[in-house]
Amino acid sequence: MAPAPPPTPPPTLRFVLCGSVDDGKSTVIGRLLYDCRQVFSDELRRVERDSARHGTQGKATDFALLVDGLRDEREQGITIDVAYRSFETPRRRFLVADAPGHEQYTRNMATGASTADLAVVLVDARRGVLPQTARHTRIAALFGVRHAVLAVNKMDLVEWDRDVFEAIRVAWRALAGEIRLAAVEAIPVSALTGANLTRNGTSAPWYDGPTLLAHLETVDVEGAGADRPFRMPVQYVNRPHSDFRGYCGRVAAGAVAVGDAVRISPAGTESRVESIIVGEGTRDRAARGDSVTLTLAPDVDVTRGDVVADADAPAEAADQFQARLVWMHDEPLAVGRRYTLKLHSREVGAAVTRIRHRLDVSNGHELAAPVLRLNDLGTVNLATDRPVPFAPFDESRELGGFILIDPATNATAAAGTIVFPLMRAANVKWQHLDVSKDVRSRLKLQRAQCVWLTGMSASGKSTIANLLDRRLTIEGRHTYLLDGDNVRHGLCRDLGFTEADRVENIRRVAEVARLMVDAGLIVIVAFISPFRSERDYARGLFEPGDFVEVFVDASLEACAERDPKGLYAKALRGEIRNFTGVDSPYERPEHPDLRLDTEKLSPEECVERLTDKLDREFPAPHAPVTEDR
Amino acid sequence: MLYSIGKDSSVLLHLARKAFWPAAPPFPLLHIDTTWKFREMIAFRDRAAAEAGVELRVHTNEDGLREGVNPFDHGSERYTDVMKTVALRQALDEGGYDIIFVGARRDEEKSRAKERVFSLRDAAHQWDPKAQRPEPWNLYNTRLAPGESLRVSPLSNWTEADVWRYIRAEEIPIVPLYYAAERSVVERDGRWIMVDDDRMPLLPGEEPQRRRIRFRTVGCYPLTAAVESDADTLDAVIAETLAADRSEREGRLIDHDRDGSMEVKKKQGYF
Ligand SMILES: Nc1nc2c(ncn2[C@@H]2O[C@H](COP(=O)(O)OP(=O)(O)OP(=O)(O)O)[C@@H](O)[C@H]2O)c(=O)[nH]1
Ligand SMILES: [Mg+2]
Repeated sequence: MAPAPPPTPPPTLRFVLCGSVDDGKSTVIGRLLYDCRQVFSDELRRVERDSARHGTQGKATDFALLVDGLRDEREQGITIDVAYRSFETPRRRFLVADAPGHEQYTRNMATGASTADLAVVLVDARRGVLPQTARHTRIAALFGVRHAVLAVNKMDLVEWDRDVFEAIRVAWRALAGEIRLAAVEAIPVSALTGANLTRNGTSAPWYDGPTLLAHLETVDVEGAGADRPFRMPVQYVNRPHSDFRGYCGRVAAGAVAVGDAVRISPAGTESRVESIIVGEGTRDRAARGDSVTLTLAPDVDVTRGDVVADADAPAEAADQFQARLVWMHDEPLAVGRRYTLKLHSREVGAAVTRIRHRLDVSNGHELAAPVLRLNDLGTVNLATDRPVPFAPFDESRELGGFILIDPATNATAAAGTIVFPLMRAANVKWQHLDVSKDVRSRLKLQRAQCVWLTGMSASGKSTIANLLDRRLTIEGRHTYLLDGDNVRHGLCRDLGFTEADRVENIRRVAEVARLMVDAGLIVIVAFISPFRSERDYARGLFEPGDFVEVFVDASLEACAERDPKGLYAKALRGEIRNFTGVDSPYERPEHPDLRLDTEKLSPEECVERLTDKLDREFPAPHAPVTEDR
Repeated sequence: MLYSIGKDSSVLLHLARKAFWPAAPPFPLLHIDTTWKFREMIAFRDRAAAEAGVELRVHTNEDGLREGVNPFDHGSERYTDVMKTVALRQALDEGGYDIIFVGARRDEEKSRAKERVFSLRDAAHQWDPKAQRPEPWNLYNTRLAPGESLRVSPLSNWTEADVWRYIRAEEIPIVPLYYAAERSVVERDGRWIMVDDDRMPLLPGEEPQRRRIRFRTVGCYPLTAAVESDADTLDAVIAETLAADRSEREGRLIDHDRDGSMEVKKKQGYF
């Protein structure tokens, strides 16, 4: 079959085929592979056999079956997940991702687009540019694809009508222009006959442009960026013995040479490159794309997730961002919920603090949105627990693309790109440094803290909270009590009981508690807070040790019997919905700092245990502060 | 790292050694020994592990061995299930590994072309092709629930040609079975099968003969077909392989048992 490839591979172009369902993407790829003579004879025999059984083209070979590799795909005649295929011509090596067109599988399409240099956007000549075409084109652009080419397929079904082609070309130009894709070509093709895929044929004498393959072989996709400053995220610290410490990673931008001064982000320490190791050898220089181990002299503290960068142009670090997201999870994005953010080799806790808007994929309009749902595109504000080194995605896919992982299910909930950092928060924080939380709390001769009481309705939270508040006040401490019921009258008056509102409710209470702790107070929160993720979110706002989770425990039977407000009776009669313990779950804390069993202990005994624990484990400072440096 | 002794495993081990040098790769090699591998493979395996300075763990399904399960009396499908699929599951359960490196390539087979680089397996090691995690850029979600594991295929996007070119560029040693030599074979169902030891029962009329042959892929000798060839240098092997008209899997007898068989095997935890 194919002539033997040259000893060194030609340069690789990675592209993705996208577009709406049934427009012919898989058929185009199968046909390209076949026409480039990249299909083995035994593979072809199998496809011919499958075509007779599942094919969509009568007895003829259905080339889509070369790439639709899952049984369900062959049986249903659609693509479900991306297939990756490689092929080679003397001029280029290609790695193509065949994306599924069906809207349900958009996140799989996004996976295929994320590593592509170019997108081939396919449309069916009879249907033209559809909303799904626009969605795919937008997602491709969002994921960093800068180049696209339009292939108008199934031209055989419109008798190669030039007007049909021109009308689609105009609609496509408008879309590509709005998204700012470098997209000059539009090519009329037929995957069925192979016309204009690898050879021009006679069907469309009016078309004198290149074939799809010729375009892919010659298109220039080199973006700017080779001359950007050096950056390498550290994946691994290699320490076989005490005299060797190497930092392994792939160069994400620029180049580095032995002797270069580097700065480590986010720590800001400086050092010099002592050696560049590749396998058993060393090199003088490494550039973007090279996987290397660096040793530094002097040796400074570097860990996985740090970025080694040019000392004159170090990598930025921030903890607040504006970002774009493609939501990939069945459960919608709720503002304030905790996720794990993974950016290059770094993982950090993160939450979306605001949804700025959702994108209408068909026309590009920005719509107000309380949540983002599966397959939605949106722009958000994002906060991370700690500053992370990054670059805007437009400058670097490697340092600006991230995923959000749902810690409860481990699912990859979203893929996102950093637009720019929001510096505001960082500035405000710096001004606070002079009068810190420590200074404020030591002036009050106490340890500022949030005591978070969680438990079912009528378990005894408010009773214990009140007693504790009185007791601490009598001892001369400065406290404040936030009670779930009371904040509903003011701070959270505008919130109902939907999922999104509940998350916002918790966010506000936790945030207010955090501000008060920052002001040096002991804050007692009495809040049902039935979900682990919510409590973890609250905990994440505080410094370690500043958040004490107290589980006020009583069985459902006991609570329902106490029922001071008659709520259980109503819930059991079905008059109240989503009542914790009745028709909405209470997730018991797995590792509370303290558990108080109110069926065994009196409220006074509970407070006794609580204050014991606070005194023992979190003693108040003894002397007033004089100098806080 | 699952180490099958083939050319892809050789490349994978080489990459790991490069990545961690001057340390040795910080994980063991795991070989599933069906006891029917070519003898040259076993010798090569022991040398390669020793040279890399990594621990070699070899697992055989002892139950299957005791029952005498073999490719001749039990058929290739049942033999493969017992001595490879079940054996692999046993070894993985025993080791409790959460990350398993494998040398799989997407160009090998069309269901593999669908698989992620980091492929999630449930507690029974099964692949669910309809519930793959999105895998944008090079960002891999490595979170696992208890019992789950990840099969990681760093060579996912390499082609057979890439593997050979890399072997040449980096001078990576491979099992000599890839080179043509005179070997003792019988012709069975139109394929050349090497008689690697005297456990192989000969059918009536079968007479071992000396032929110049080589293998495009290596595995269990009774299930791996040879090709007649004079290619006894790397360049000749590369030229011949890359000009081939048939896929390398053609030589593996178990892979064409039925349509979609690879996908089914993977769903069962094989590869
Ligand atoms: N007449 C004609 N039919 C075509 C052409 N290209 C594809 N088809 C048919 O269109 C149908 C859908 O083709 P596929 O290649 O499966 O479409 P797809 O875009 O990959 O679909 P999804 O992956 O499910 O989104 C099949 O029946 C093809 O045979 C063409 O150029 N002309
Ligand atoms: Mg398809």
